[in-house]
Amino acid sequence: MNDIFIILTAVLVAINCALLGTFLLLRKMAMLGDAVSHAVLPGIVVAYFFAGDKGSVFILAGATVAGLAATFLIDFFSRRIRIQNDAAIGITYTLLFAVGMILIAVLMQGNADIDQECVLYGDIALINFDKILIDDNLYIGPRAMYVELVAGIIVVSSLVIGFKGFKLISFNEDFAKSVGIKTSRWHYFLMALVTLTTVVSFEVVGAILVVGFLVIPPASAFLITRKLIPMLVISALTGIVSVVSGYFLALWLDVSITGMMVVMAGILFAFCFIISQLRSHKTLAGTGFEQKTQEI
Amino acid sequence: MKQDIHAIEVHNLTVSYDGKPVLWDIDFNLDSGQIIGIIGPNGSGKTTSLKAIMGLLKPASGFVKIFGKSLDEVRDRVAYVPQRESVDWDFPASVLDVVLMGRSKSQNLFRRANKTDIGIALQSIEKVGLTEFKNRQISQLSGGQQQRVFIARALAQQADLYLMDEPFVGVDAATESAILELLREMKSNGKTVLIIHHDLQTVSDYFDYLVLLNTRLIAKGTPPEVLTRENLSNAYGGQLTLLSKIVDLIRQNEFPVREKGFDL
Repeated sequence: MNDIFIILTAVLVAINCALLGTFLLLRKMAMLGDAVSHAVLPGIVVAYFFAGDKGSVFILAGATVAGLAATFLIDFFSRRIRIQNDAAIGITYTLLFAVGMILIAVLMQGNADIDQECVLYGDIALINFDKILIDDNLYIGPRAMYVELVAGIIVVSSLVIGFKGFKLISFNEDFAKSVGIKTSRWHYFLMALVTLTTVVSFEVVGAILVVGFLVIPPASAFLITRKLIPMLVISALTGIVSVVSGYFLALWLDVSITGMMVVMAGILFAFCFIISQLRSHKTLAGTGFEQKTQEI
Repeated sequence: MKQDIHAIEVHNLTVSYDGKPVLWDIDFNLDSGQIIGIIGPNGSGKTTSLKAIMGLLKPASGFVKIFGKSLDEVRDRVAYVPQRESVDWDFPASVLDVVLMGRSKSQNLFRRANKTDIGIALQSIEKVGLTEFKNRQISQLSGGQQQRVFIARALAQQADLYLMDEPFVGVDAATESAILELLREMKSNGKTVLIIHHDLQTVSDYFDYLVLLNTRLIAKGTPPEVLTRENLSNAYGGQLTLLSKIVDLIRQNEFPVREKGFDL
């Protein structure tokens, strides 16, 4: 039974990350997810200090504020001060993560409940210790699973309702602005969703590997389709396949579960790459496109 | 439309980038119902001026009025065609997807495209001659076809003023004449088209009115008024060989030896 809960939780993480990661990838902002997932640490620490409970909404709120602050800072560094974008990301997230480490030392003296290790690595095998019980004895699953489920509902409904907007700003931001769309609002909305997803996922898979779930499945999907909705679906499917296969392989080999899940995502990526290569050879031969590639 | 209202009024427009002015104190009025060219050497602020008119850049000073009003009041009447290279054509979308984006407004973002939208988009695709490619992924189009997709998207906006950034760059001769044909049809329907152009050989053929920029406004007026040796040397500076070639070409155009519409 515990296996099923762990797998379901991981599947939810994979779906949320794959869907949002697709838009991050198309906006050429994949590493913003990385930045946000590290930068939430000070928010979590401060919120934990005041709320004193690892599972409270305060943690989520604190982390979201920190994540959006990171997005804002990156924007500020790259647009106003004109530091190149990757450097702006590097400055922001290491700085915020370092501030988080100092805050842990200052605010959490002797309290082992939260530290940078647990933020960085998470531990999916432990989620079952934090259970939800009905009437004190009916076990309906780990809390993390329900948190992920709520996050998933928010992410999916936001993407469905805002699909047109997200698509427009991802393809051609200047054009979106020209028809009067407030593109920066949409940008921060997307980043708020990314923050939410990384925050609820860090306990499960950790801040480092969550980036793998955000980037690898969408990149795999992009290799084999050039249609947006199929790309979202394939991205979610590769995410699901990698967590399920990764879980059982990890049990069999007795290694880190999340580690194996991301390794599986990488293997699927290689698989998609081979498919795309085979297919492009076929179309090139079929349509006389090979002449064009030679000219280039 | 009243005759005394200009399609575009630009007043004392200055735009700077990193504290360096890219456009300096630009001032011009453009009448509606014309095909207007913005010309000037590389880095002379052509794209910047278009972006400032479209509200994508904040000017350091000065203001722009469109049909006598602020942009936000007349946004539905303006269509913007960015440079083709400004987007990633590997984006997962079909021709129809992109042209349908021309039906998007901030007011209708949360509803799906309806039959009217799709009908208008299909008509626009037909006007640029891409009907047989309407379901093709945009990554599989040639440069000229991609440019036509952008123009179809602008047509789907059903605007009165069209701002186009280098629509003739990287397109084949057939596409260039097809686009030009389309622009003339739009003009005859009373539309105004403002185009950034860099090929001086074709300017006097294509445009009714010209704005010559090099950070400052060098000249404005009809092609014969603008394309003088003095104006061109002010704008293009020491590029003299190019300059004399241009002047020769203009002289040729004043005494046309070919039939119009017969040029290859």
